[in-house]
Amino acid sequence: MILGRVLEPVVSTIKHEELFARSVFVVEPIDADGTAAGATFLAVDHAQAGPGDQVLVLREGSGIRQVLGQPKSPIRCLIVGVVDAVHVSHDTPSQAAVAAKPGA
Amino acid sequence: MFLGRVIGTVVATQKVPGLDGVRMMLVQPITEAGVDLGGAVVAADTTQAGPGDVVHLTSSREAAVSLPEPFVPVDHAIIAIVDAVGDGLPPLASSWPAGDPAARGGVS
Repeated sequence: MILGRVLEPVVSTIKHEELFARSVFVVEPIDADGTAAGATFLAVDHAQAGPGDQVLVLREGSGIRQVLGQPKSPIRCLIVGVVDAVHVSHDTPSQAAVAAKPGA
Repeated sequence: MFLGRVIGTVVATQKVPGLDGVRMMLVQPITEAGVDLGGAVVAADTTQAGPGDVVHLTSSREAAVSLPEPFVPVDHAIIAIVDAVGDGLPPLASSWPAGDPAARGGVS
């Protein structure tokens, strides 16, 4: 899963039946501090998200088919959560520092 | 999943049995601002899209499961025809300016 920011809705009338009554948004991948991190993509909403929200995006099709209970769903990116906060711990020792510690 | 602009059709008479009757379109992936993103791909069509349409593409295994016969060698599929992105203008290929998102209706 990745962190993303919802940018804007994508409106379609003619669509695959597995997309009926589902919202599609343009989503921008972001870092832990909220800065854009990569090319935008489309994701289907499963968490009542809206433009501006920071979201958790699942980008694995078979996991999505399980979540939706639809074995023939063509959805490849699914918004599965709206993020309230992200805390990054900067004082955690790196793997290299742990490995270099005498007696470790 | 991403946006694309249909730029042509692909005709193949001789193909894998499961692909009989499946329409193949040449699609250029684009950003929400209408800017080209990499090279064009051939996508199976489930929506009767035509050249000039902006479409919603899926890829990989999910492209094959969108088709009537799900065990076929397909890696991109059109699963919707896009009417609008945000509150901007309808994303018709010819009227959609490339580059600046603000130029097509103020949505960034």
